[in-house]
Amino acid sequence: MDKTKKENIAFFIIKILAYTSVVFLVALVGYIVLNGFKVINLRFLTDVPRNGITEGGIFPAILGTFYLVFVSFLVAVPIGVLSGIYLAEYSPNSGLTRFIHVSINMLSGVPSVVFGLFGLAVFVNKFHFGVSILSGGLTLGILILPTIIQATIEALNTVPYSFREASFGIGATKWQTIKDIVLPTGMPGILTGVILSIGRSAGETAPILFTAATFYTGRLPKSVFNEVMALPYLIYGLLTEGTFPDKQIPIAYGASTVLLLFVFALSFVAIIIRMRSRRRKKW
Amino acid sequence: MKKRAIIEYFLPIFGYIAVIALFAIAFTIFGEGISTFKEFSLWQFLTGLVWRPAASHIKLGSVPLLFSTLIVSSIAMFIAVPLGIATAVYIAKLAGNNVKDILKPLIELLASIPSVVYGFFGIVFMAPLVQKLFHLPIGQTGFTAGIILAFMALPTIASIAEDAITAVPSDIEAASFGLGASKFETLTHIVIPAAMPGIITAISLGFGRAIGETMTVLMVAGGALGMPHSIFSPMRPITATIAAEMGETPVGSLHYHALFALAAELFVLVMVFNLIAEYYHKKFSMLRG
Repeated sequence: MDKTKKENIAFFIIKILAYTSVVFLVALVGYIVLNGFKVINLRFLTDVPRNGITEGGIFPAILGTFYLVFVSFLVAVPIGVLSGIYLAEYSPNSGLTRFIHVSINMLSGVPSVVFGLFGLAVFVNKFHFGVSILSGGLTLGILILPTIIQATIEALNTVPYSFREASFGIGATKWQTIKDIVLPTGMPGILTGVILSIGRSAGETAPILFTAATFYTGRLPKSVFNEVMALPYLIYGLLTEGTFPDKQIPIAYGASTVLLLFVFALSFVAIIIRMRSRRRKKW
Repeated sequence: MKKRAIIEYFLPIFGYIAVIALFAIAFTIFGEGISTFKEFSLWQFLTGLVWRPAASHIKLGSVPLLFSTLIVSSIAMFIAVPLGIATAVYIAKLAGNNVKDILKPLIELLASIPSVVYGFFGIVFMAPLVQKLFHLPIGQTGFTAGIILAFMALPTIASIAEDAITAVPSDIEAASFGLGASKFETLTHIVIPAAMPGIITAISLGFGRAIGETMTVLMVAGGALGMPHSIFSPMRPITATIAAEMGETPVGSLHYHALFALAAELFVLVMVFNLIAEYYHKKFSMLRG
């Protein structure tokens, strides 16, 4: 066999391997969504569960996930963006700064179940927030913090230095320059990071397992100190708890489809924002 | 010097938030975990072969759990590393721009799928498939979980390895072509060796991710305690044990603290892989100049 022929075979194998993940993605999404659409209708989305979650809808779980995401958003976005601003614009080039950067990477590598245990020990038990929206939201907030910090640093680093010089040149202070020039210019990048981490926070199960979620509750939450149903935990519970798997699994397909479509919609928005800002970029 | 805005005085505090969070987590996990060893020997925890926390004669040997964790994540890496690197090479060097623009977002989408949905897919699709293909009594095994974990770790490996391959300066590639090397020879002898520190970073991060993944292994690995006999045995890795047992454990009990000790073990293991990744990433950035 000559050399070119051998190489073409090698490149063909690489191509096949590269497409394997796409095949897996299509199989997974297709399998879940096709089964999910059999049960999804308006009632499924707006009704409460009935007969021990064998009938009815999943509205409380959708609402619960929304509350958890909202609290984690309130915690992580302001802190994460301010932290990113400090690290991108103010921090000196020192060993300590490098240590902060390593810590951010380490934090994003901490397993989600470890965040869950931390939330249990600190928010649920030590602060006496109990198993609640607040405990779960805070735990999720810390989980997505490194993503938001990193997205902010990266976004601000792509803003050309000449923008800052021009702003200083017309007499603006450093903070004015950051607030009015650097931050708005880097906004698409920050927004992409924030949107992706909202998706992450909606889909995480292990951190809310012992801090916020309950498989079934008859009433909707009235305050941040109530426990809630949540989409990911509902899916897990439907597969592992309860006594009527035949009736529970279709609901799990429906709930998974809702969660998948929500996360994909967010990813889609993030991709669009990124593409648009890339096309508009003139520097 | 111009007057500083009030917020600028507070910014450094926010700058350190990740350090504070990381240390708070480490102190909490280790602090709660260490109480285990007032009542139970640390040596037995690290070397014991039986995990039986609910029995009247409590045994807290973490070896079978750690071993399961390593088996499942090794299976995952065995699949994800070739797939991830091939994907990276294909996107960086072989695919046209149009294919690249479709393939990259699709792989990002794979990363955004919640782990509980992967676990669900594992139970309803992958487990019956594995059971049928290998004629097993049950389909929920370490191997099944490993397959699913592979696709969860793949986006991490593919995207970081792709960055590394793309960052290899094109002049050394051109030099290789100039010496008469073919595209494939240049790829295997020049580009991939040059990108190797970045590829090692990618693999270490993928490994760390696979070790720490919880819901998939909880749902798909089978949950059997005890030393696994083969990759086709049901098993229960560390993460799955914590998730499965914490719910029914009274706060402050020996079992409660033992689960934190397990988490500490997991934390150390994951941090080792993250530090390897960090080391090679630094090395790679230095090589690039």
